[in-house]
Amino acid sequence: MSQIVRPYGDTTGDGMVQLSFTLPVAHDKRAEGAALQLASKMGLDGAMLVHAKPIGTGHTFFVVYGAATHLVNLDEVKVVERDYPILGPKEVNEAIKAGLGRKLCVVGACIGTDAHTVGIDAILNIKGVAGEKGLEYYRELRVVNLGAQVAVPDLVNRAVDEGADAVLVSQVVTQKDAHLHNTREMSAAFREALPPGKRPLLVIGGPRFDEHAADELGVDRIFTRGTTPSDVASYLVHRLVTSKEAA
Amino acid sequence: MTAKPLLPLDPDLVMRARGLAGRAGRPVVDLARSHTTVSVERATLRLAGLTGADPEGIPWVNRLADAVAEQVGIESGIAASIFHALNQGDYPDLTRLAHASAAGAVTFEAPQGKARDAARERSLAAVQAGFDRIDAQRGHRSQMVRDIGDPPQRPWIYLIVATGDIYEDIPQAQSAAKAGADIIAVIRSTGQSLLDYVPEGATREGFAGTYATGENFRLMRAALDETSAEIGRYVRLCNYASGLCMPEIAALAGMNRLDMMLNDCMYGILFRDINPIRTFVDQRFSRQIHARAGIIINTGEDNYLTTADAVEAAHTVTVSQLLNEYFAHEAGLPDELLGLGHAFEINPEVPESFRMELAHALLARQLFPDAPLKWMPPTKHMTGDVFRGNLLDGFFNLAGVMTGQSILLVGMMTEAVVTPWLSDRDIALQNVRYVLSAAGGLTEDFRPPPDGFIANRANQVLGEAVDLLERIEADGLLNAIADGTFGIMKRPADGGRGLEGVAKRAADYYNPAVELLNGEGTRS
Repeated sequence: MSQIVRPYGDTTGDGMVQLSFTLPVAHDKRAEGAALQLASKMGLDGAMLVHAKPIGTGHTFFVVYGAATHLVNLDEVKVVERDYPILGPKEVNEAIKAGLGRKLCVVGACIGTDAHTVGIDAILNIKGVAGEKGLEYYRELRVVNLGAQVAVPDLVNRAVDEGADAVLVSQVVTQKDAHLHNTREMSAAFREALPPGKRPLLVIGGPRFDEHAADELGVDRIFTRGTTPSDVASYLVHRLVTSKEAA
Repeated sequence: MTAKPLLPLDPDLVMRARGLAGRAGRPVVDLARSHTTVSVERATLRLAGLTGADPEGIPWVNRLADAVAEQVGIESGIAASIFHALNQGDYPDLTRLAHASAAGAVTFEAPQGKARDAARERSLAAVQAGFDRIDAQRGHRSQMVRDIGDPPQRPWIYLIVATGDIYEDIPQAQSAAKAGADIIAVIRSTGQSLLDYVPEGATREGFAGTYATGENFRLMRAALDETSAEIGRYVRLCNYASGLCMPEIAALAGMNRLDMMLNDCMYGILFRDINPIRTFVDQRFSRQIHARAGIIINTGEDNYLTTADAVEAAHTVTVSQLLNEYFAHEAGLPDELLGLGHAFEINPEVPESFRMELAHALLARQLFPDAPLKWMPPTKHMTGDVFRGNLLDGFFNLAGVMTGQSILLVGMMTEAVVTPWLSDRDIALQNVRYVLSAAGGLTEDFRPPPDGFIANRANQVLGEAVDLLERIEADGLLNAIADGTFGIMKRPADGGRGLEGVAKRAADYYNPAVELLNGEGTRS
């Protein structure tokens, strides 16, 4: 059985795809020609322009059909697997309830002089981000959001008082590498205050971090741009519930 | 424009619901009238004409209010201390006083006797100038509507722009208006609601939205005035009076002729964890400003349905609408400025979901026949299947015209996928135009039978709303919020952000803005 596939319109092997896009060009014959040329360069054979509509005076919207000339060999498809599965809020709640038997406590803060709570709030506030609710929405998570400009010792004390399972820290400001200094200070303070088995999971987030720098900064995980609450919740469950059960 | 009653609602039950909402809200109004906040005080300084920010970007209203709060406190209002310092010192205006204060050169005190009278009088004159600006803007809006005209159809079509850069927003807003939008809403930068200051000047960097600033308001309104004249209908501008700076943003909106403001009574408490008392105090002041400025408020009931189930929680929308109505009336807003919110958020997999949507929409329409209701599109069940999303938006538009909604927020088939592309907006408007032209008058023919599914469902939701209002009234609204009654969030009255900026008013509390607002026929 061949592992080579093409898109399927109504006949095996026809390669048909449908495409819509806008060009920043007023609608006329030349604009339609440009759309067909683009489709052809994208690898569509015998492209048919089925719809062209002006949007305002300087743009035109097109719908184009055509046969894709490209082939895909399923054997050669490589997928980078995340090292933990993405769970929905319901699955996260169920996993915690079944695996932990109590609520999982998350303490979040912006540390140092950073007053940009946009990151931590996107992850923690019920309002959330990108159509996803924040961690406050998860019934089995107990979220303590300390807000902005929290001093590291205060964060450590509060995490201890709350019995935090995980500490989430957001760093947006990167002037003079403040985000790196603050993160190192934070991880060192937790190492000093608590023995290895008792330390909460340390998770850091911000748009300018290098995802691979977790070890160097002494934290468990780094999340960067585009992270959503379910990424974080799923990771917490993976590290604090699922993988502990397996061990 | 009063909507005709189409449902056989029990008038006694409706009256009972309103009575309960009033009794539940009254203690909160008393709280609002006996407290002040740093943001109310700063709004007063803004009305008195203080603008600008220090080199760090902290507004002078914050620097000055903080100095007085530290030295004297805010319990008596900060205006008397500030204008007393102005009378005593060698400062030509509030800005110079703020500069000197920031340099540590001013000692504030609470004036007494004749000095106090003089300070109060001067503060009153200064704030009056701010109200004159608001009144002039209101007059200007009326004049433009008379000259240019309102949109020819209902519902008014509401579109969002959100680039983060005001200079990018402007051409997008103008082209959206030309393509059919009657209202342009500029989404705010994520997290602005939690800033305890209003950024200053024109801004070009926001996160998923553009900062609300006085200058951004002015720039966008000027651009839309131009477009309004060009296309022959007055295009309204909407922004957000919410978060920690609600009163100040309301004042800036009034002075810069915003036409609509998002202003919900509980949104900040529930979804942003802002302290409940701070919210209610700030909200009352901001609503008084909106009433003065002729600004339509938009309430945020749609948000409950994005967190809770839209069928099970339908009655919480009704309860919140009734509370919002009570608080709005109390602050002086008439029905025609009361854009109560509700949304099309029932899971489309639920059988008869469209009939239930019609029932809920009609219930709101009939309970608030004179309010410009804001009808919000599906977001929760938009999956990335843009084809299905476009169909769902079509049904949302149809429900809107069948039930006579007033403001229709245009749904995007790419909701939850990307921020709307130019073509997404065009397809969405095409969807709205088709429904309006094909079925715009359908509300005339739509008479659900009095014992049918829709009427029964509406009555059921009203009954559940009354039950919940009874529990809230017995428990107290603040306790109900603390217990997680709305949107499943538990928010105790002594928790949340911004509590440190709240103070109980002293016996000698004086705020010239409050004096002027209360003197102007506000029901308080």
